[in-house]
Amino acid sequence: VSVYVEPVRGAATRLTQPRGVGTIGIVLGGFAAWLALPPLASRTILWPILVGILAVAAGIWSVSRGGGRAGWGAVASGLAGIALGVLATRSSVGELDTVVVWSALLASTLRYATPLTFAALGGLFSERSGVINIGLEGMMLMGSFFGIWGADKTDSWELGILIAIVSGTMLALVHAFFTIQLRADQIVIGTAINFLALGITGYLFTDIYGAQGIPTNVPEIPDVTIGWLKNVYFIGPIFGDLNLMIWLSFVLLVVSHVVLFKTPLGLRLRSVGEHPRAADTVGISVYATRYVAVALSGALAALGGAYLTLGFIHNFDQNITGGRGFIALAALIFGKWRPFGAFAAALLFGFSSALGDRLPSYFAAGSSVPQLFNVLPYVLTIVAVAGVIGRSIPPAAIGRPYVKQ
Amino acid sequence: MATPPPPPEGEGPGETVASRFAFYQRAGGILTPLVTTIFAFFVGGLVVLLVTHKNPISTYRAIFNGTGLNWFFPWISHADRVNAAYNLQSTLLLTTPLILTGLAVAFAFRAGLFNIGGQGQYAAGSIVGVWVASSFTGMSGLPHILLAIVLGSLAGAGVAGIAGFLRATVGAHEVITTIMLNWIVFWLAGYLFGQQGPLQTSRERSLTQSNDIVQNTHLHVFWGNPILQGLHVGFFIAIAMLVVYWVILNRTTLGYEIRAVGYNPEAARYAGISVGRSYFLAMAIAGTFAGLAGVIDVLGWKFVLSVDDLQGQAGAGAVGFLGIAVALLGRNSPVGIFFAALLFGALLNGTSDRHLDPNIFPPTLAENLTLLIQGLVLLFIGADILVVYAWRARRRLVPRKLRSRAT
Repeated sequence: VSVYVEPVRGAATRLTQPRGVGTIGIVLGGFAAWLALPPLASRTILWPILVGILAVAAGIWSVSRGGGRAGWGAVASGLAGIALGVLATRSSVGELDTVVVWSALLASTLRYATPLTFAALGGLFSERSGVINIGLEGMMLMGSFFGIWGADKTDSWELGILIAIVSGTMLALVHAFFTIQLRADQIVIGTAINFLALGITGYLFTDIYGAQGIPTNVPEIPDVTIGWLKNVYFIGPIFGDLNLMIWLSFVLLVVSHVVLFKTPLGLRLRSVGEHPRAADTVGISVYATRYVAVALSGALAALGGAYLTLGFIHNFDQNITGGRGFIALAALIFGKWRPFGAFAAALLFGFSSALGDRLPSYFAAGSSVPQLFNVLPYVLTIVAVAGVIGRSIPPAAIGRPYVKQ
Repeated sequence: MATPPPPPEGEGPGETVASRFAFYQRAGGILTPLVTTIFAFFVGGLVVLLVTHKNPISTYRAIFNGTGLNWFFPWISHADRVNAAYNLQSTLLLTTPLILTGLAVAFAFRAGLFNIGGQGQYAAGSIVGVWVASSFTGMSGLPHILLAIVLGSLAGAGVAGIAGFLRATVGAHEVITTIMLNWIVFWLAGYLFGQQGPLQTSRERSLTQSNDIVQNTHLHVFWGNPILQGLHVGFFIAIAMLVVYWVILNRTTLGYEIRAVGYNPEAARYAGISVGRSYFLAMAIAGTFAGLAGVIDVLGWKFVLSVDDLQGQAGAGAVGFLGIAVALLGRNSPVGIFFAALLFGALLNGTSDRHLDPNIFPPTLAENLTLLIQGLVLLFIGADILVVYAWRARRRLVPRKLRSRAT
């Protein structure tokens, strides 16, 4: 969205300010709707949706960087653009059907977004304390295997979740020990963590379950059915029947925001990530804070993994996370290392996954075009880290080991 | 090698990966990588013993025999030697791309950049390689092969170059951009070779794969049976690239600049070196190595690419990610990279189901054992500064480094 053009600095600068990006988003949202109307009359649903998603992305970016009303406008305009564009391309379908499709799509968005939300919150704590966590993917994978294994062995999904948390925390502690205590390179260790998790879970899965796979009678995390909400128009089908873990992710999201930005604890954690020497000087233990933050990130990522196997897919296969940990990392960066920013990005990325999942029926049978939706999160993240103004800037001391004096 | 400038005051630049390597290269020989490897295998053996109650020594022996490295032993029987030769060809076949992806990581390391995108660059190279080699059917063999190799390498360079360019112009961290580029390439591959994708095979509409490459673009097999995946001449290209890597770094101005930037970007900037240009070129050249690996694999033994093949590589077990371990273990030196690539190539091959005796250890388990050992190697390599500290704690290098860090 923000293009780096030296000579026309004035105009370019204004357009790359958060508010400018928000305005661009609003225009894009209108464009998305217009694409489907007579002069162009896009035959496929693809273009309005792509442009609409870009508009929403611009909005989220703008809001998380102080763009305010313009940013929210862009989010709304993007969503409206998608809706109108879709409506216009399939005008023969009745309105009732459309509502059903849309609530199903949004519920599906939440299901796809939740593992990302958990892992992104995990990454948030770790990176805010100054430790890069590329190992999120691995910690998530640990949670997804040990969650379903624990639920299978103990015959209770609660204990499964607990075992998942323990496994993720253990792996995170390995990361913490090597990066904090031994001051090893955080990226190398994160890569190692991912390999280790692949090896450990793959090994145990093959050894324990072998060719039979996970039995089908493993207890699952229940859905929360809210009777009075269920029949409400449009909202009911989205929120009436969500998995328990999705609600938990909402709670943790708010808690994380409050802890990080409204409590002394959070201030300490952030100060360790921004300027560890100063934090040390005023008596904050840098090592202890980082240990706790990294352990917490493992626990949260593992929760995301446990949701994936126990509440969403109800199965396990080698490398089942398939890069979700990296998308969570992307969401974290896109949301500028803030809980709600990361959540919004997770929702957007979840939406594009849900679309990729549901759209195939709109294309010629078996077409591979929906695969392109999977590219979006990554492209948007690159744009976000490359943006000249309003760029995603990580905590100042991230990636640097701290040496006590 | 130019004497690197001392690290500047403050906590920052002395902690880059590259400065660590500068430190290693002055402080440690081959001892730490060796100790690291042995320790990783030892822990891997413990895992075998504790989890599966199999004998780790006989397991490792079976893996070793699967690698074909026993071909070098003069005392084995003729029948064993025939089998070992076949195994060794497969091992070297896997070593070939690992050398190149190792170089892709190592070259970026020398500029102080961490290229995690080797897998995506490898995939980009193989995608373009398979496209070129399966189209332009009218061309004759050698020009066709060269065209595929050049364009495939350029594709790798292009993907990595994006990360280098963004680092050079707006300072976007290359670790983040290369990870994202990996996934972009994987999903684009899904689109290109997926059903009704633009590059999907015309043979069978339900197959999600590319067209087969033209017969005369197959690389010449110089050892073993071409039908049983013998060793192709791409192996020599990889070896030649080890030399090219050394020459670029040590005998050219560009290499000097890249090393200077890697040791200390600020000092290099003061010396009049364009840091941004070095970042961009270092990444582009690194991507060229990885892209080349992709083309060579396609022309040498894969001959066709499938979506499963490409997206399965998103898992960390693939050659591009292994390149990180190869470069770290090989200490960025050409000789080190060769042996590290051989080690991992042998490990991959020795634990594959074609080469490991299933009566001694099930290959499906052993593949995961490989991942485990790979992770352990990286873990201990990451921490081996500890070894150096322990052994050289009172030598002049460490105190100076500590002092400069502690300010």
